[in-house]
Amino acid sequence: MPEALSILLIDDNAIRASIIEAGLREAGHTAVHIVTDIDEVASQIGMIAPDVVIIDLENPNRDVLEHFFALSRIIERPIAMFVDKSDPAEIEAAVDAGVSAYVVDGLRKDRVKPILDMAIVRFRAFSRLRKELEAARSELQGRKVIDKAKSILMQSRGLSEDEAYSLLRTTAMNQNRKILDIAQALITASDLLGP
Amino acid sequence: MGLTQIIAGYVPLLDSAVLLAAEEFGFAESEGLQLRFVRETSWANIRDRVAVGHFDVAHMLGPMPISANLGLTPLDTAVVAPMALGLGGATITMSLDVWSAMDAAGAPADGEPGAVGRALRDVVRRREAAGRPRLRLAVVHPESAHNYALRYWLAASGIDPDRAVDIVIVPPPLQADALAAKRTDGFCVGEPYGSMAVARGVGRIVTTKGQIWQMSPDKVLGTRLQWAERFPEQLAALLRAATRAARWCEDPANHAVLAQMLAREDRLGVDADLLLRALTGRLEFAAGQERLMADFFVPYSRAANFPWASHALWFYSQMVRWGQVRHTAENAARAARSYRPDLYRAALSGMGMPVPGGSSKIEGALTEATAVGAQDGHLTLGPDGFFDGMSFDPDRLDAYIVQQLK
Repeated sequence: MPEALSILLIDDNAIRASIIEAGLREAGHTAVHIVTDIDEVASQIGMIAPDVVIIDLENPNRDVLEHFFALSRIIERPIAMFVDKSDPAEIEAAVDAGVSAYVVDGLRKDRVKPILDMAIVRFRAFSRLRKELEAARSELQGRKVIDKAKSILMQSRGLSEDEAYSLLRTTAMNQNRKILDIAQALITASDLLGP
Repeated sequence: MGLTQIIAGYVPLLDSAVLLAAEEFGFAESEGLQLRFVRETSWANIRDRVAVGHFDVAHMLGPMPISANLGLTPLDTAVVAPMALGLGGATITMSLDVWSAMDAAGAPADGEPGAVGRALRDVVRRREAAGRPRLRLAVVHPESAHNYALRYWLAASGIDPDRAVDIVIVPPPLQADALAAKRTDGFCVGEPYGSMAVARGVGRIVTTKGQIWQMSPDKVLGTRLQWAERFPEQLAALLRAATRAARWCEDPANHAVLAQMLAREDRLGVDADLLLRALTGRLEFAAGQERLMADFFVPYSRAANFPWASHALWFYSQMVRWGQVRHTAENAARAARSYRPDLYRAALSGMGMPVPGGSSKIEGALTEATAVGAQDGHLTLGPDGFFDGMSFDPDRLDAYIVQQLK
């Protein structure tokens, strides 16, 4: 049984970090460290002595981290990034998912690949979750806009709710635009014209 | 007729203006192109996402294609710079504490790098004698025009950049915060982040990259060599659109509109007034102390878009100087080939816009703006001098490297 790999996860998103961490632990990795602040990396990396570093691509501190690796004498072996330069498909999958990894040179690829694969899957799942949340939120927002437009029509034209909605829909169809756009335009116009 | 889409990555800095303006003000469309932009948070992302093909082209640090081709980056993908995105554009900004010590040591207010550097050297030595920690100076990336300009200036001023100070990396938008939090003492970074530190009352511009090396290169348009070869027509159209946009960006009549566009939340997300300082050359070195520096940022004239092989080789000489790469004839040739003046010249041919006939020049040879012959008319180049009076002859690269390693 080879020695356990020390894995450092740098992520300022605590929820995502915990999702990745859970995955790593399920896969039997016990030495997982999470750091949210890049300044802490500087002080802790000596203690953690990571074999693998995982960081999300949205983190503006990637340049800082890479420079730190380049300078650091704590990690004596050079760092190869993305597991292996010769595996463009793996790299592309990682970048697509929004994650990058740095691996201490000399680690056997078969030990690292499952870790990165897992991170990629979990990053994807997280971003899907976030997209769904955003979609739900914007749908809710859209419904509010349409409701407001309906009530403007109901008040100003004396229409019922159904009639107001059907007027919005017909206008949208005639103009080949979305109902939401028509509703927004109506609200803007009504704001401009005043009460 | 449909437009051909090109996906472009950029980092929110003033010199992304040329690319953004190419789309926003119709120059891309008139070439049959539509640029779609992705704002990035790190140069590492720009590098990786160009390499894996997420981006067709990107706003890139000038040395970045060179480091890609020299194998300093994670992916062995050939990257080329067929165009530069402007000259100058960066400041050296210090915390108010450090400035007041420099002021007491006789630093002039006009940014003259020789005298400012001597004052900083005195400050550094006094700190050392008093046993105080070394100054922490930030740049955005080890392989950047800013790192090399800062180091050049420090070294020429008698300050060893590797021993007398600590040079650290901070992302551009976080520079003013880092200075305010006293995590750094100064930085060399592209605008508007020097002006932002001044406006927030946490820093003072002490000199500019364009005073250390006049008309010095900074960002380039970078793309995979493979993309450039596979889509030569699209690339040529993009170079034409971006060059027209650059000419438009330089016209003072457009500065206000340009600053407003760049200020938008989805572009740079920075106050338009801050952007105008660098665009108009009316920099505030300190709050209320405006200095007119007409050539602070040059997006178009003086062949600002031409990717000089001599610029690539100067960057390479600094990579060698600071131990990032070993000097060999093959490495030097790879560095020179990273910039592609031939692609730029071919794309611009017959447009009535002058392009230099040569691909390389002696950097530092022109002490004033000088008219030279060019393809399609006349051009004014320079001044392109280094503040210490040295010059760089790319044909004498070996001698330059040896002299600097002393």
